[in-house]
Amino acid sequence: MESSRYLPEASLDAWLGELASSHELIVPRREGDAIVFGPYDPAVSPDISRDATAPPKSTVFPACEELMRYSSVKDADDPSRTLVRMEEVMPSGSRVVFGARPCGTRGFTVYDRVFDAPAMHDPYYVARRQNTLFVTLACSEAGSACFCHWVGSGPADASGSDVLLVPVKGGWLAEGVSDKGRELLDSPLLAPGDKYAGEAKAAKAKAMESLESAADLKPAPESLLAVFDDMEFWNRMSAKCISCGACTYLCPTCYCFNITDENKGMEGSRLRTWDNCMSFQFTLEASGHNPRPTKAHRLKNRVGHKFSYYPGLHGGAIACCGCGRCIKSCPAGVDIRQIVLAAMDRAKATSQGNTTGERA
Amino acid sequence: MSCSVNPYLPDMATILETVQETPNIKTFRVRLDNPDRMAAFRFQPGQVGQLTSFGAGESTFVINSPPTRMDYLQFSVMRAGEVTSSLHGLKAGDKVGVRAPLGNHFPYESMKGKDVVFIGGGIGMAPLRTLLLFMLDNRKDYGSISLLYGARSPEDMAFRDELPEWLSRKDLNTVLTIDREAPGWEHRVGLIPNVLREMAPKAENCVAITCGPPIMIKFTLQALKELGFADDQIVTTLEKRMKCGVGLCGRCNIGGKYVCVDGPVFTYAQLKELPNEL
Ligand SMILES: Cc1cc2nc3c(=O)[nH]c(=O)nc-3n(C[C@H](O)[C@H](O)[C@H](O)COP(=O)(O)OP(=O)(O)OC[C@H]3O[C@@H](n4cnc5c(N)ncnc54)[C@H](O)[C@@H]3O)c2cc1C
Ligand code: SF4
Ligand code: SF4
Ligand code: FES
Repeated sequence: MESSRYLPEASLDAWLGELASSHELIVPRREGDAIVFGPYDPAVSPDISRDATAPPKSTVFPACEELMRYSSVKDADDPSRTLVRMEEVMPSGSRVVFGARPCGTRGFTVYDRVFDAPAMHDPYYVARRQNTLFVTLACSEAGSACFCHWVGSGPADASGSDVLLVPVKGGWLAEGVSDKGRELLDSPLLAPGDKYAGEAKAAKAKAMESLESAADLKPAPESLLAVFDDMEFWNRMSAKCISCGACTYLCPTCYCFNITDENKGMEGSRLRTWDNCMSFQFTLEASGHNPRPTKAHRLKNRVGHKFSYYPGLHGGAIACCGCGRCIKSCPAGVDIRQIVLAAMDRAKATSQGNTTGERA
Repeated sequence: MSCSVNPYLPDMATILETVQETPNIKTFRVRLDNPDRMAAFRFQPGQVGQLTSFGAGESTFVINSPPTRMDYLQFSVMRAGEVTSSLHGLKAGDKVGVRAPLGNHFPYESMKGKDVVFIGGGIGMAPLRTLLLFMLDNRKDYGSISLLYGARSPEDMAFRDELPEWLSRKDLNTVLTIDREAPGWEHRVGLIPNVLREMAPKAENCVAITCGPPIMIKFTLQALKELGFADDQIVTTLEKRMKCGVGLCGRCNIGGKYVCVDGPVFTYAQLKELPNEL
C-alpha cells in the first residue's frame, strides 16, 4: 500500500460516501455563521473553507457522556429495602472525522498524555480515541489569530492525525500517517500520489511562510511561576474578561470535567460533562473558601496550566495548539498570546530590577 | 464489570450502621458487597474515597476508620450540599458506591519513635481519627501522643461515643475545647491555637498533625511556629474541591500538583514549595 495517494477534488464526495459506508463519518458543516462538526449528510457538502468554529474535540471527548447507568430495585425478600444495579456504559463503533485542521487534531496529543498515560487509563477516552480516525486538512495559509508555530506545531502538522490532506492542483495529496489511516487510502477513487510530492512539499513551506515569526516560549514556564503572586499583573491581564468560559469550551486542549448523576425515576446515569476553570464555582469549597476567588486568579490558572504546569509534568509539551480560537471567540478581546508574552517580559524585567517594559 | 480497570466505577457497598455524631455530621460504616473485594481492600491512614449516593452523585471523604480495623470502612459526612444531604437520608441496609482508596497518606512510617500531637477542628477530626487509632493500635511504635480536639460547642463534637475512652487512656493525653462557655462543659474553653499554646507540646522529636477549617489552620500554624515546630514537623491535609479523584478532571491543582493524587496530606514544608494558592 502506498503511503501517499492523490484525491481529486471531483472524487471527494464519492470518497466521503465510501468512508460513510464503513464508518460513522463526521464532517465540518455550516450552521448559521458557525462551522461545527456533525454527522455527514450526502445531500450537504462539508464546509472546509476555513477552520471550524468549534474544534473536533467532542468527537473523542464529548461535551456530555454517560459513564454508567444505575437503577434501583425493591429487594424481593424485604420490600422495605432498595437494591441498586450498576452497569458500565462504554463507547463503541468506529468513526472517521474528516476536515479538521492540524491544530484541532494536535489537541488530542495533549489529552493523550493525560488520559492514556502509564499511571492512568481513562477507558472512555481511550476507547473513543482508538476508534476515531482523523483525516486532517493541512492549511494553505495562516489566519489572523493562528500561532501554531509558537507551540512547536505548524499548518501541516500531522500529530494526532491518521491521514493528512495537503492541497495540490485539482485536489489533495493524501498522506497516510498511521497504519489505520493508510488503510483508508486503499480506495479506487484515489490515484497514485508520487508526482504530487514536490508540489505538496512546496505548499507546506508556503503555508509556514505565511505565519509571522514565532515568539520564543522557552522562558514561559518559569516566567509564569515567577509572576504567580503578582496580582497587579493578573488583575490587569484579566480586566476585560467576563468569565463567560467561551475560551475553554472552544479550546481543543481544555479537558476539565465534572461528574454528576442524572435521574429518570428509578433509573439514572452518571454523566461526565465539560467543566470550565474560568467559573467561580469550579473551586468553591464547602467551607465557603475559594482558592481562586477572582477572575484574575482563574485566568492565571488557565494560562499557567497550559504554558507552565502542563509542560512541567509532560516533558515540556505545551498544552495549547495555537489555534487562536480563544482569541477569536473571546467577547472581551482577551488574547492569550499577549498574556504569555507580557508574563515573560514582566518576569525578565523584575529579575533585572525594573518593573516596566511589558509588551502588552 | 471490572472495578480495577475503570477508575470511575464505584464498588457497590452496604451501610451497616449509621451514627448521628452532631446535628450536621453523620457517620456511615460500610462494607463492600463483593466479599473478595472487601477482603482484598487495603488502604493507608489518610487516604480518601469517593462515596456515591446513587442519584445525587459522589463526594470526597476521608476513610476515618484505621486500616488496623477492617470490619468496615467508616466515613463521617458533614452536611454541606446536595450529595452530603442525600447521604444523610440513608440508613443501615441502604446501598452506596465506594471508589477508594484515593490519594496519598500520612507519613506514619517516618514518624515511628517520635512524639505526636494531633490538633483537630470540627470535621477536621475525621482524618486525624484514622491515624490516631492506627497509632493506638501500634502504640509501642510511637512516643507520647497528645490530642487537642476543638469544636464550636459540645453539640458539635463528633465521635462523642469515643471521647470518654480517649480521655481516660493513660497513653494518650486528650484535651477537648469549645469556643465559648456552655452549661455542663467540664473541659477547656477557648480557641484551638490558644489552648495549644497553653498545652505547649515540646517540638523536639515531635510531629504535629493538624486538620480543620482554613482559618483554624492559619492560626494553629502560627502557634506551632512559636512553639518551635519546623515546617517539616507539621503535617496537614488539604481540602480542595474534588471530583474525579484520580488527577484528570483538573479541579484540585495547585500549580503542577494535584491534591487528589499528590495529596491530600502535605507537610508544611511541602506546602511552602507550592504556588501560593491554598
Ligand atoms: C480530601 C478531602 C477529604 C474530605 N473529607 C471529608 C470528610 O471526611 N467529611 C466531610 O464531611 N467532608 C469531607 N470533605 C469535604 C466534602 O468532600 C464536601 O463537603 C462535599 O463534597 C460537599 O458535597 P455536596 O455535594 O454535599 O456539596 P455541593 O452541593 O456540591 O456543594 C456545597 C458546597 O460544597 C462545596 N463542595 C462541593 N464539593 C466539594 C469538595 N469535594 N470539597 C470541598 N468543597 C466542596 C461546593 O462548592 C459548595 O460550596 C473532604 C474533602 C476533601 C477534598
Ligand atoms: S472567552 Fe474571554 S471573556 Fe470569556 S472567560 Fe475566556 S477570557 Fe474571559
Ligand atoms: S488556549 Fe486558545 S489558542 Fe491555545 S489551544 Fe486553546 S483555544 Fe487554541
Ligand atoms: S479531583 Fe479531579 S484532578 Fe483532582
